[in-house]
Amino acid sequence: MKPIIETFNLKKQFGPYTAVNNISLTINKGEVFALLGPNGAGKTTFLSMLCTILRPTSGTALINGFDISRESAQVRRSIGIVFQDPSVDTDMTSRENLQMHANLYSVPVSEQEERIKQVLELVGLSGRADDFMYTYSGGMRRRLEIARGLLHYPRVLFLDEPTIGLDPRSREHIWDYIRNLRKREDMTIILTTHYMEEADRLCDRIAIIDQGTIVALDTPSVLKQEVGGDIITIRSDKSQVLSDLLIQDNIAGHVSYHNDEIKISVQDANFQFPGIVEYAVNAGIRIDHVTITKPDMNDVFIHYTGKELYHGETPERTGRIAMMKRRRAR
Amino acid sequence: MSEIRGIYTLWLREVKKFLREKPRLINAICQPLLWLFIFGTGMRFSSGMPGINYQEFIFPGLIVQAMLFTAMFMGVSVIWDREFGFLKEILVSPISRTSVFLGKMLGTSTDVMIQGIIIFPFAYLIGIPVHIFMVLEALPLMILITIGLVCIGLTFASLMKSFEGFGLIQTFINLPMFFLSGALFPLANVPTWLQWASYVNPLTYGVDALRTVMMGDTWVQLFPMSLDIMVLLCFDIIMFVIGKTAFCRVE
Repeated sequence: MKPIIETFNLKKQFGPYTAVNNISLTINKGEVFALLGPNGAGKTTFLSMLCTILRPTSGTALINGFDISRESAQVRRSIGIVFQDPSVDTDMTSRENLQMHANLYSVPVSEQEERIKQVLELVGLSGRADDFMYTYSGGMRRRLEIARGLLHYPRVLFLDEPTIGLDPRSREHIWDYIRNLRKREDMTIILTTHYMEEADRLCDRIAIIDQGTIVALDTPSVLKQEVGGDIITIRSDKSQVLSDLLIQDNIAGHVSYHNDEIKISVQDANFQFPGIVEYAVNAGIRIDHVTITKPDMNDVFIHYTGKELYHGETPERTGRIAMMKRRRAR
Repeated sequence: MSEIRGIYTLWLREVKKFLREKPRLINAICQPLLWLFIFGTGMRFSSGMPGINYQEFIFPGLIVQAMLFTAMFMGVSVIWDREFGFLKEILVSPISRTSVFLGKMLGTSTDVMIQGIIIFPFAYLIGIPVHIFMVLEALPLMILITIGLVCIGLTFASLMKSFEGFGLIQTFINLPMFFLSGALFPLANVPTWLQWASYVNPLTYGVDALRTVMMGDTWVQLFPMSLDIMVLLCFDIIMFVIGKTAFCRVE
């Protein structure tokens, strides 16, 4: 496999705040690669540097063999970008939006019409090409942006939070189009997301990014495996006490306490669960409720960062929990 | 070649958007009519300007005014583009910043010229004998006025973070430049301070030059035509450099 993107100690600082801290990674040709992390983890900053929108504070990266700092025009020609925020001209029709893009990226005039037809078909918007964009729904605009990002035959397509703010059905559609795209167009796709499901279902490899650094990078299945074969979730009236004891006496696997729940990742719950119950009983703690599940990306994220991807939680709360956990770990 | 194609694309977008917005076009036609027939008639019959038809007098001023307001408004559309995200799409394209600025500048300038030209036929209504040579003389002068104004608009758009500052531009740029241009009253009889304030306004030279072309012998020129053109040229060059610098700094 040949690398299409290589980053070398890429770093971005805003004043005293380090948004991206010395990230070095390699992404291979044809991969679908996810950057998974909470809001503010540095995903968009990292992406912006690769797209030559932001200048790195130090370090650099090669995309399609071009240096992002010195050869930005060639880099820009090699990549397609779908931004997190909407970026279509709503006073124009979708065909006009695509024509503008084709002209800005020097798509040969003779191929333009055919190519526009192709990409519109790919995202299922063929019938609406001459409608003004303000008549489009949010999901349709997103699809048009994806079509636009593809128009100039990029080698790499960046999707920054491609399904943010969309309803579940539109999200499923976008996922289908991304999968489709991978089959039909020979390109590498890099997406950022804070939906674990999205990363899990679409991507070959996932980099978990937190506070500007990559805390884990592997295929979804390996990441899940590392977390353990099973997750035992225990609820008790003394959850916190039990979790502290389990960590202290190193009873089983990786223990984390969150939202009044103890999550224990173990190799095989069938064998290890009885021991945990016995330990709790001996400690005089009653277990109210138990579930045993296979790990999902959320568990992976908690495993590596000690906090949950924000799920209806304020960042402050997650931050506080992470702090509590760090304090306990000492 | 790809840069020229990019400039053309951005130019086309500006012009398309301008022509598509019907309310703006209606406004472009009707507002000068109000000035000309209500304000102009009122002033014509109440303030004496011996030997001069006041409507004829303000006509070139109204062209400049319409161009000034359009230039500011359209220039500030950069802020809309930023607000709605489209600016990002342009700025990450392989087209250089200078070309993006040129495309935007030429497009907006075309809008402003269209606005100015729309007013021209009204000259018939107030009895100015428009002939082809007058138009051919006026158009290059209008282009000189347009470029500098558009660059002012683009400069402010590049510096402003949101649309909220637009009111300030209205009060501190549009109206002073309009009032101090000699568009509404002759500068020959006003106090010296007002005279000097008008002389530092490049639009004064634009209005003066247009009047020379359109009013013929009834207008006594403030400055020689060559000076008018020189000042407008310098205005264009300086504003172009400032505008381009400001635009290239946009993050």
